[in-house]
Amino acid sequence: MEQILVNGAILSANYALIALGITLIFGIMNVLNFAHGQMFMIGGLIVYTVCVVFKLPYAVGLLAAAVVVGLIGMLLERTLFQRVMRISSREENTMLLAVGTALLLENIALFIFGEKQRGIPPMVSGVYRLGSAFLPANRLLVFAISLALIAAVLLFVNFTRQGRAMRALAQDRTATMLMGADVNRISMLGFGLGAALAGIAGGLLISVSGVNAGIGTAISTKAFIMIMIGGAGVIGGALLGAVALGFAEAIGYALFPGSVTYLLIFTALILFLLIRPQGIMGKPWG
Amino acid sequence: MMEATRRRLLKGAGALAVAGVMAAAVGLGATGAAFAEGKTLKIGQLGVMSGAEASWGLVNKYAAQATADMWNAKGGVDIGGEKYKIEIVSVDDRNDPKLTVSGAERLMGQEGIRYVIGSNTDVTATSIRPIAEKYNAMYFPYASSRSLYTKPAENAVMGMVASYQVAPAILKLLKAERGVQKVAFVARNDSDGLSNRDDAVKAAKDLGLDVVSADATYEANATDFFPVMSNVVATAPDLIFLPASAPSNTPLLMRAARELGYAGLFASDSGQDIKVINEMAGDAGNGLVSIGGASADAIRSEYMDEFIKAYTKVAGEWNDEAGTKVYALEVILATLQATGPAAIDDTNVFKAAIPGFSMKNPFLKEDSKLTFTGEADYGQKRQIGVPLVLTETKDGQFTTLAIGQVD
Repeated sequence: MEQILVNGAILSANYALIALGITLIFGIMNVLNFAHGQMFMIGGLIVYTVCVVFKLPYAVGLLAAAVVVGLIGMLLERTLFQRVMRISSREENTMLLAVGTALLLENIALFIFGEKQRGIPPMVSGVYRLGSAFLPANRLLVFAISLALIAAVLLFVNFTRQGRAMRALAQDRTATMLMGADVNRISMLGFGLGAALAGIAGGLLISVSGVNAGIGTAISTKAFIMIMIGGAGVIGGALLGAVALGFAEAIGYALFPGSVTYLLIFTALILFLLIRPQGIMGKPWG
Repeated sequence: MMEATRRRLLKGAGALAVAGVMAAAVGLGATGAAFAEGKTLKIGQLGVMSGAEASWGLVNKYAAQATADMWNAKGGVDIGGEKYKIEIVSVDDRNDPKLTVSGAERLMGQEGIRYVIGSNTDVTATSIRPIAEKYNAMYFPYASSRSLYTKPAENAVMGMVASYQVAPAILKLLKAERGVQKVAFVARNDSDGLSNRDDAVKAAKDLGLDVVSADATYEANATDFFPVMSNVVATAPDLIFLPASAPSNTPLLMRAARELGYAGLFASDSGQDIKVINEMAGDAGNGLVSIGGASADAIRSEYMDEFIKAYTKVAGEWNDEAGTKVYALEVILATLQATGPAAIDDTNVFKAAIPGFSMKNPFLKEDSKLTFTGEADYGQKRQIGVPLVLTETKDGQFTTLAIGQVD
C-alpha cells in the first residue's frame, strides 16, 4: 500500500506540471493546445542536448528548456494563433492549427534529434525506504522540484499583476479589454508560460522516463484526460485532475493487469463526463 | 469562463485524426535519389516512421538506404550483366493498418514495385497481404505472425528471427548457464507484445521453468514503469523477460526494476541499442540478454564495418538495432542476381529460386552461409536465415553470448 501511495504521489506531481501548462493556455486563449505534448518533448530534448551533448550542468539544461520552449510558445502565439483567432470565427480552426503545429514540431524534432529515445542519467543516485515502499532519490528530487514549481506558478497567477491579468482574461476577455489591459501581450505571455511549463516538465522527466520525438501525442492525451477530469481552464481543476490520474494509474497498475488499468480509467472518465461534463471544478456554462 | 469544453475536445480529436491522415499522405515520398540515366531498381520500404515506434521503421529505412548507397557507389548491382542503380522508396504507415494498406497500394500498385521491406508489426504486416497477392509482390516484414508465412500465403518472407524462435533459445541458455528457475514476464499491451509474451511463456513452461508472473503489461505510451515493475519485482524472479520491448522502453523497465531492488537478469526477444541503454539506465543496464545483430565487435566483418559507416552517414549516428535489419535488401539483391532480370518484375521466378538460394554471409567475420529458412515453423522457406545472435549487456557494451541458426 505504501508503494501505491508513493507511486501515486510522484506521478501526480509530474502530471500536474503538464496539466497546469495546458489549462493555462486553454483558460487564457480558449485554445486546445494539441502541441502541448510536443512542447514537453522539446523541453526534454533540450535538456538532453545541454547535458549530454554540451556536458553542461542539469540546472542550465532545465533553464534552457524553460526559456526556449517558452519563447517557441510565444512565437507561435504571436505569429499563428493570434492571427487565426483574429480573422477566423470558427473555433475548430485554432484546433487544426494546434494539430498542425504538433505535427510540425514532431517532425522538426525527428529531423534534428533523430528517432532514438533520449535520456540522461539520474541527477542523484540512491533509493530510500518509506515503510515498505521504495523511493528512488532522483524521483524524490523531481517530485520536490515539481511541487516547488507548482507553488511558484500558483503564487504568480494569484499575486502578481501579470498573473491577475491572465486570470481576468480567462474569466472575461471583453471586460479585460475594456479595463485597458493589453490582451495580446497577456495572451502571448500566458501561452509562453504554459509552453515553458511543458518544457520544464519534459526537462524534469527526461531524467526519469526519457523522451523521444514521438512521445508528444501520448503526453497530450494524458493532459486532456486531466483537464477533462478537473475542468478545462481551471488551475485548481488541473491539479485535481493530475492527482486523480496519478493515483488511478498507481492503484490500477497495482491491482489489475496493465491492460485493464487504462480501460477502467477511460470507462470511468466516460461515466464521469455523462454526469459532470464540465469536470470537477469547471462551470456548467463553460 | 470557457465555452463547451467537451464539444471542443471531441472536435479536436476529429481534427487530430484528419490531420494525422493528411500528414501521412504528405509523408509519402521517395528518399533515394532518382537516377537520370541507366536502369533503376526500385525497392519499397513501408513501416512506422513517426510517433512512439518511429525507430522501428526508420532503422529499416536507414539500413536499406545505406545498403543502396554502398551498391550505388560501386556503380549499381549487376543483374544479368546489366548494372541497376537502387532507389529506395519509403512510405510511413504511422503503425496504422489503414495507412499500411494505402502505402502498399502506392508502392505495389502505382509505383509497380515488386519487393518491399516491412512493415514492422503483426497488424500492419497482415494488412499488406491482400495487396501483395493482388500485385504478386514480395514483402519482407519484421513481424512474427505465423499466418503471414504459412501456406497458402507465399508472398511474405520474414526479415528477422521470430520471437518464438528467440525466446526458447534465451531461456534454455539462461537455465543451463545461469541457473534461472523463476521467470516473470512484462509485455507491451499490444498484439505483438502479447503474442510474443504468450510464445515466451509457453517456451518457459516447456523448459520446466517456474513462471511467477505473466500478466503484467504496460501501455505502448507509458512513460513511468515504476508501478508495473513494483508488482513484478515483488514476485522475486531470477529473470524478467520483456517480450517485444522497444529500445525506448527497455532501459526504463530495467532501471525501474533495479531501483526497486531487483538484482537478477533481464531478457528481451527484440533488438536493442547500447547507447540508449547506457544513457537511460547506466549501471542498471547490465545483465540484459537480447537478440543482437551483426554489429558486435567480435563477430563483424569488414563489409559490416563499411555498412556501419554508410548507415552513420545516412542516419547521423549508428544504431545497434540496425545490425538485425541489415540482411533484407542484401538478400533480395543477391537472389535477383542469382535469378537474373526476369525476377525483377515476375516474383514467381524469385519464389522458385528461394529453396536453392545460398550466399556467404557478408556481415560476419566467420565463414557462414545465408539462406532462406523457416520450414520447421511455416512448412516452407519464407524466412531469411538471419543468424541467431544472443548478446548480454556488460559494462556499457554488448558482449556476444552465443551464435546459432534457426531451423
